[in-house]
Order: sequence, then structure tokens, then C-alpha cells
Amino acid sequence: MKSVIAENLVKTYRNGEVKALDNLSLDVEEGTVLGVLGPNGAGKTTTVRILATLLKPDSGIATVAGIDVAKHPDKVRELIGLSGQYAAVDETLTGWDNLVMFGRLYHLGKSASIKRADELLERFSLTDSARRPIKTYSGGMRRRLDLAASLIVQPKVLFLDEPTTGLDPRGRQEMWGVIQELVKGGVTLLLTTQYLEEADQLADEIAVIDHGKVIARGTSDALKKQVGGERLEITVDNTDIHKTQEIVSRISSNAIHTDVRTISAPVSTGSLALMEALRALDEAKIHPLDIALKRPSLDDVFLSLTGHVAEEEVIAQPVKKKRGGKK
Amino acid sequence: MKYVISDVMTITKRQLLQLARIPELLVFSTIQPVMFVLLFRFVFGGSIETGQPGGYVQLLMPGIFVQTVAFTLAATAVGLAEDMKKGLIDRFRSLPISRGAVVIGRTFGDALLNILVLTVMATAGYAVGWRPTSGSLSIFLAFLFLFMFGYALSWIGIYVGLAVKEARTVQSVGFLVTFPLTFLSNAFAPTTGMPKALQYFAEWNPVSTMVAACRELFGLKNEFGATASSWPSQHPLETSLLYMFLLMVVFIPLSIRKYKNTSN
Ligand SMILES: Nc1ncnc2c1ncn2[C@@H]1O[C@H](COP(=O)(O)OP(=O)(O)O)[C@@H](O)[C@H]1O
Ligand SMILES: [Mg+2]
Repeated sequence: MKSVIAENLVKTYRNGEVKALDNLSLDVEEGTVLGVLGPNGAGKTTTVRILATLLKPDSGIATVAGIDVAKHPDKVRELIGLSGQYAAVDETLTGWDNLVMFGRLYHLGKSASIKRADELLERFSLTDSARRPIKTYSGGMRRRLDLAASLIVQPKVLFLDEPTTGLDPRGRQEMWGVIQELVKGGVTLLLTTQYLEEADQLADEIAVIDHGKVIARGTSDALKKQVGGERLEITVDNTDIHKTQEIVSRISSNAIHTDVRTISAPVSTGSLALMEALRALDEAKIHPLDIALKRPSLDDVFLSLTGHVAEEEVIAQPVKKKRGGKK
Repeated sequence: MKYVISDVMTITKRQLLQLARIPELLVFSTIQPVMFVLLFRFVFGGSIETGQPGGYVQLLMPGIFVQTVAFTLAATAVGLAEDMKKGLIDRFRSLPISRGAVVIGRTFGDALLNILVLTVMATAGYAVGWRPTSGSLSIFLAFLFLFMFGYALSWIGIYVGLAVKEARTVQSVGFLVTFPLTFLSNAFAPTTGMPKALQYFAEWNPVSTMVAACRELFGLKNEFGATASSWPSQHPLETSLLYMFLLMVVFIPLSIRKYKNTSN
């Protein structure tokens, strides 16, 4: 059973000038996690907002638990939890105030709201800060509280829009832990991210989007295979380039890429490949200036899927600025 | 539908909680009107001749009351715009709550705050010599009137907040609307000193009719210039009521619809 289905969603802004979504289709199987991976401006937030009934698409159909989001938004709202790209809680109120308020808005009784708030604060390790205004929270704490607010009534489907963007590594780790716990509980989750590693950690399946379209989709493993998994990268002096290329071609059967003095190629054996390369280089008396095993980044995914790096950030920013500036 | 009242109350309560959590907010929202009372009373008070017994402060207080409740428009708009910017409105819209609850709740919250502000101002006015001479029923009616006027303007604030979105711009729009309205009125000086054309504007200005109505209810007689015989000058109370009614009839449905369709 598919819990979430989006079919040919189109959303344009500024009379069609900006195509935020261009026939985007995706679906999420019940009880699984779909990671929507894409650079800034790819259309992640737009997709989530449409699925969460906040935005109407120009065309296309979206359903959550079989219910059309455009036709019956009220019914859908009873089934979903949403935690947006920026923590959306009342900063002047305490964490406890916020959760009790949201409990009341989900129509739990007064004592049930309080009970639920206490439970969630405990579960997300926020009990100690429960009585402090959110303003005093760290970024990670805010996101956790925001997530807690979307779990007041067990949602059937949960949407998380870039849950760790802007967090420091520790905050990110904590958030991942929290999300993994949730997933164990069997929630259907659609999560967006700009980090391949995050999708890799949390998602059963990944949909890569660019320019408002899904350009690749599959399990993390399948995707990595397509991208070539890890890459061996060696930087050497100009005189050694040729020999190094030869060495690398013995280790990797895949396409070798040379950029000035850096030779790189996908490898499948991880650190073994690295050791093999070091040994061969040593034998050939080549001293590499730099040698490393690189895990694929979003850029690599894009490079291999589209032939260009994820350059959207540059384009998306001025559009947004204009939008703010006009008003 | 059955949750409308509880939803509205939760949203209103949130605003009151904000005041409880940050008491400075209370101070800031009352300090400005009190400052106006003191400034006008002591800076201009001596130099403005009035034919009224009790001096300028008697004429002044209704003007300041009206001006202060008129700023509810900006307060509501800014509050809503800030909530939108923080994504709070998005979150509310993703919840299964009744459609109008979020905006209705905000107008109630701002209205409750107005009760407090009016009380503080009346106390400050009393301290500097303001003495309404009518009966307590009339005085109560005057305050009820002021309260209702603030509430009606709150609904324009909802619309402005939703339409403009950017809190700082909203603030300027609010002032841009309220300042000319309060100064092109009889609130601080008689309209007789204005050019004829402005006198006509001032006479129909809802701020003038509100001020005139309050003055009557506080036991002062109304004085108008070239426009003394016109309908709004003769019937400030009825005119004000009509304005409030029209404002609400237009802006309540308009604002609620705007809220439903808002999608950033
Ligand atoms: N309200 C809007 N007006 C104009 N353009 C918008 C608006 N919202 C989003 N966009 C544009 O649509 C595209 C997709 O945006 P978004 O869904 O926010 O991307 P992401 O969340 O993946 O960063 C971007 O180019 C963005 O600038
Ligand atoms: Mg986004």
C-alpha cells in the first residue's frame, strides 16, 4: 500500500517564470522512509508543502493515505505530522507551553495535552529545558521540540523538511538518533535533505530531485552503485600523472577522471583500494601530494546523474532575494 | 466545527502566555500611550486654549484613547506577519483546526490587551487631571466603544498582515495609515484651523467621529468648524457605529478567506 502518492505535480511561480515543480512524481510505501535528496532550490519544500496541504499545485494529484490533499485537506491534516525547514514554534513560550498548546489544537483534553507534552519532552531529552523559553534553546533542541510538536497525535505519515540543515555535527547525530527511533516505531516518513549521507542513514529509498523533477530513484545501495560508491583521489606532481593513471586503472575498472593533477576513480573495495594504491605508488617511487578515499557527496551524485554539479544554489538565491526585496 | 471555541481560546491564550513569559512586552505596549498622555498634557497642554471647563486634558484624553486603539491595526498586523515569517502560521495551517480560529484568536488576544492598555491610560489620565463629568454608564459606554473600535481595526490588521507578510513593512504600513488618520482629525486640535478641504475629510474621518462620540460620552460638548451641521458631526456616535459595522462586515470574511488561501 502506498501511503503517499504524488503524480505529475506542477507548481510555477511568477506567472510561470519559475518552475518550482516540473511534473514531479513520487510515492512512499506504507511504513517506509523515502529520502528526497536535492540541492537548494530543487523543489523539496514545495513538494512537502503540497503534500502537507499548505500549497495547491497548478496541476497534478497528490494523495496521503488514499485521500486527495487538494480535495480533503481537513481529513489529511488529521493524519499527518509536519516539521518544516525552520523550527516553527512560538519562541517566546517555553517548550512545555508549546507542546501543551499544540496538544490542545489537536483537540486533546487539557490533562491529556499536559501528559503528552511531558512524555514527549522526556522522550526527546528536553525535560530539563521544558520551562525555558524556546529562545534560549540551541538549534538542535529547537528542531527536536519542533519534531515533538509534529508527533503529538501519532501521525500516520510524517513529513520532515531538511531536519538537520543548520545543525552542528552533534546536533545532527542526535537528530538522526531520534529519527531512527521513530522509524523503528513504524511511521511512514518522507524526509528531504541535501546530504547523501543523511539519506543513506535514514531512508529505505531515495529520490533524487533536480529542477523540480525526480531524476533518479532507488535504494541507497543502488544509487551508490550508479554513482560509483567511494572514489579514490590522488594528487601527484605533473611528471607522475601518466604513471599514476596507469596504477589507478589497474585498481579501478571504472572511468578515470583527471583534473589538473588530481586523478580520481570510483572504487568498490574501500580502504583496500587505498592500500593497494599506496603500495603501487611506493613501488613506482611516486610520492603523492595527497591521497584520499572520498565518499560520494551530493555533488558526485549530481555529476554522475546529470553531468553537472548541483549549481542550483547560485540560481535559487537571487530568485528568493528578489521575492523578499519586492515586498 | 465543535472545536471552534476551544481552538480560538487556545490561540488567544497563547498571546496572554507570551505576556506572562515576557512581562517586558506589557510594559512596552502600555508605555507609549502613557507617554502620549504626559507629553500632550504637559508640553502642549498649557499653550492650547479651550473653551471647555477643566482645560485641554479633557479634550485630549478621548483623542489619545482613540489614537491608541487605532494602533491595534498595526499591532495585529505585525504580530501576524511575525508568526508567518517564523513558519508558525504554516504549522497552524497543517493542523486539523477550524479555519478561522487562528485569526479570530489573534483579534481576541489583541482586544484583551487593549482592555489593559485602556485601563492604564485612564489611570494615567486621571493622575494628570482628566475628569469625565458624565455618569458612569456613559463612561462605560465610551470605553466599550473604544474597545469595539480597536477590535474592528484589528480585522484590517489581519488583512494587512496576511497581504504584506514582512513584519517591518507591515509596521510602516500600519503607521502610514494610522498617523494621517489621527492627525487629520479633531483628536488633538479643533478642525477649524485646517483648510476647508481637509475639514471635510476630517469630519468624515472615523477617528474624528470616534473622538467626538467619546467626548460626548465623557460629558463634553462637541465643537466643529465649517462642518458643524453635517451628519457625521451631528451624529458622531451613529456614524462611528456604522463605520465599525462596515469594517467588520467587509474585513472579517475577507481576512478569513485570505488566511485560508495564504500560501506564501
Ligand atoms: N513563493 C515563491 N515565489 C517564487 N519562487 C519560489 C517561491 N517558493 C519557491 N520558489 C522557487 O521554487 C524553487 C523551488 O523551491 P523550494 O521548493 O523551496 O526548493 P528547496 O526546498 O528544494 O530548496 C526555487 O527556485 C525557489 O526559488
Ligand atoms: Mg527547502
